Amino acid sequence: MTVATNESRNDTFAIAGKSYRSRLLVGTGKYKDMEETRLATEASGAQIVTVAIRRSNIGQNPNEPNLLEVIPPDRYTILPNTAGCYTADDAVRTCRLARELLDGHKLVKLEVLGDEKTLFPDITATLQAAEKLVADGFDVMVYTSDDPIIAKRLEEIGCVAVMPLAAPIGSGLGIQNKYNLLEIIEQAQVPILVDAGVGTASDAAVAMEMGCDGVLMNTAIAGAKNPVLMASAMKKAIEAGREAFLAGRIPKKRYASASSPIEGTFF
Amino acid sequence: MNIYLNGEPQQVPDNITAAQLLETLGLTGKRLAMEVNMEIVPRSTFEEFVIHSDDRVEIVHAIGGG
Repeated sequence: MTVATNESRNDTFAIAGKSYRSRLLVGTGKYKDMEETRLATEASGAQIVTVAIRRSNIGQNPNEPNLLEVIPPDRYTILPNTAGCYTADDAVRTCRLARELLDGHKLVKLEVLGDEKTLFPDITATLQAAEKLVADGFDVMVYTSDDPIIAKRLEEIGCVAVMPLAAPIGSGLGIQNKYNLLEIIEQAQVPILVDAGVGTASDAAVAMEMGCDGVLMNTAIAGAKNPVLMASAMKKAIEAGREAFLAGRIPKKRYASASSPIEGTFF
Repeated sequence: MNIYLNGEPQQVPDNITAAQLLETLGLTGKRLAMEVNMEIVPRSTFEEFVIHSDDRVEIVHAIGGG
């Protein structure tokens, strides 16, 4: 028991030189209000939390609660994203505004979308934006397709984490190409996180059992009937999947193998 | 003079500074970032940064997102 507990407790992973205990990263979109955002984020145990950068409402609700008061940057690592960007230039511009907004904070989640229907990444634009951002001193966590060759290129460019999709953003379909994901994990020198496509707790556990370093999700929690309870479920699934990966699963066999010894039978 | 504030035309006094604009909008001290004509205006320069006619000013903040 002690050994298992210790192994699990000391199990951290590092992104851009900072170490994290929680391997569940959560988004803050789609919640019904700030209070639900706060409760679900707390229940998830996440230490890294994504936010979007948008125009301030001019002249409307000046006393509207600010997300960063609910998710304070001194308690969470804020991960500003480039969601909604369809060009490398827009993504780079968004990251620069985020860095100014967050007092020089360098960690960003890069996503350059290629298509509104699938929200699949535009890979050529993603590569261009990643190069510019790395050259500009950003620590880039990059959303990408589940293509092992591209994942490697993004690592070579200098991204601090590569985040392949499991399935389209918000689809809840779970991991659609386990073999690609496994290939990406096995060859990687940087953390690999599944970003997008998780539907329920078992999807997150599967990703972790395969050896992913973490999972980033938003809709699976925020869109659940009870987001706070789902956040708690995801926390456990991530921990269970990680422990199972560390423990090392038994090989799959086609036939039975008795659990009780044959020796000593008296019949 | 006219400026474009978050994409919308807006009348502001001539030679208004970034700090004065934020004050007019009730946004002083809020956690936000500003860009004028696609260039970041660092918070430390808000007091002296002068906005000109037809400048495109963007004021952004963090909201919920994945």
